[in-house]
Amino acid sequence: MKFGILVQEGPYHHQSSDSAYQFVKAAMDKGHEIVGVFFYHDGVINSTKLTDPQQDDRHIQKRWSEIGEKGVDLVVCIAAAKRRGINDDVLAPGFRISGLGQLTEMAIKADKFITFGA
Amino acid sequence: MLHLVNKSPFYTDSLNSCLKFAAKGTPVLLIEDGVYGAMSGTSLEPKMTEVMKDHPVYVLKEDVMARGIANPIQGVKEIDYTGFVELAEQHRTCTWS
Amino acid sequence: MSEPTKIMFMMRKAPYGTIYSFEGLEAVLIMGAYEQDISLLFVDDGVYSIKKGMDTSALGIKDFSPTFRVLDGYDIEKLYIDKESMETRGLTLDDFVVEPEVLDKDQIAKLMEEQDVVFPF
Repeated sequence: MKFGILVQEGPYHHQSSDSAYQFVKAAMDKGHEIVGVFFYHDGVINSTKLTDPQQDDRHIQKRWSEIGEKGVDLVVCIAAAKRRGINDDVLAPGFRISGLGQLTEMAIKADKFITFGA
Repeated sequence: MLHLVNKSPFYTDSLNSCLKFAAKGTPVLLIEDGVYGAMSGTSLEPKMTEVMKDHPVYVLKEDVMARGIANPIQGVKEIDYTGFVELAEQHRTCTWS
Repeated sequence: MSEPTKIMFMMRKAPYGTIYSFEGLEAVLIMGAYEQDISLLFVDDGVYSIKKGMDTSALGIKDFSPTFRVLDGYDIEKLYIDKESMETRGLTLDDFVVEPEVLDKDQIAKLMEEQDVVFPF
């Protein structure tokens, strides 16, 4: 089955990025395809490679980058990113910046679409 | 439709909104701070017991464990992330935050 | 050509205090171009985002309420509002910059069940 995911909140501030990650991991373990994860609102902040948490905490950006390396499309909304100071200079591996059209295409392609956040 | 609620009912009205619009028979899954709504001994317990006549109510085990509140109201089903994925396979989802 | 995807935007949050409603509207405008079956539902504090008479000039924040009036130009014609959310807040249809169809909770429950995707903003 194909799942699409929307992440609406920034890392550490709110649990939604953690929840989305755990869901994606469990879905992939069950053999499902993730057609994409779209990062919107403060969710775009998940994508900065400047992320540098304390050693004893999880590294939210790296966890997503690992998901990206497995072939999952991690799309950061360009409009939301620009107004929050996120651009290609700070973008972590596995993410790409693109438009809201990508969210639309994920919604069309996915069998089931799940929003995490707000 | 699977309804996801991620806010404590003692903090926002999201659970109430969800229950107002959730069609009869549709499942409700409480995650993150939403799990506080399914704990026994709260002022909400009688309402949740009523709600379960119309909706199966689930809580995410990982979130319950994290919060040290392992006493869900009788009838509430505890599921893990794999169970969450299984519910999401069967239903489209609406998130109430 | 496959069936259009039924996508509902559920606007639940008030404007300005948080950005969800504004960025939600930006998403609505983009999706309008994809020829899908789009609808907008105003519930809870989301009804405040279409209130008439906003003046954000003193805050320096952009007033985006006029954009709701041009949605039909983007092929988005299905606007709905929850009767109870409106009445609880002492509002009537005269208070809004657009004229959404007023639905009760059972009609909304039914409408939601028909959707392929619900985006909450």
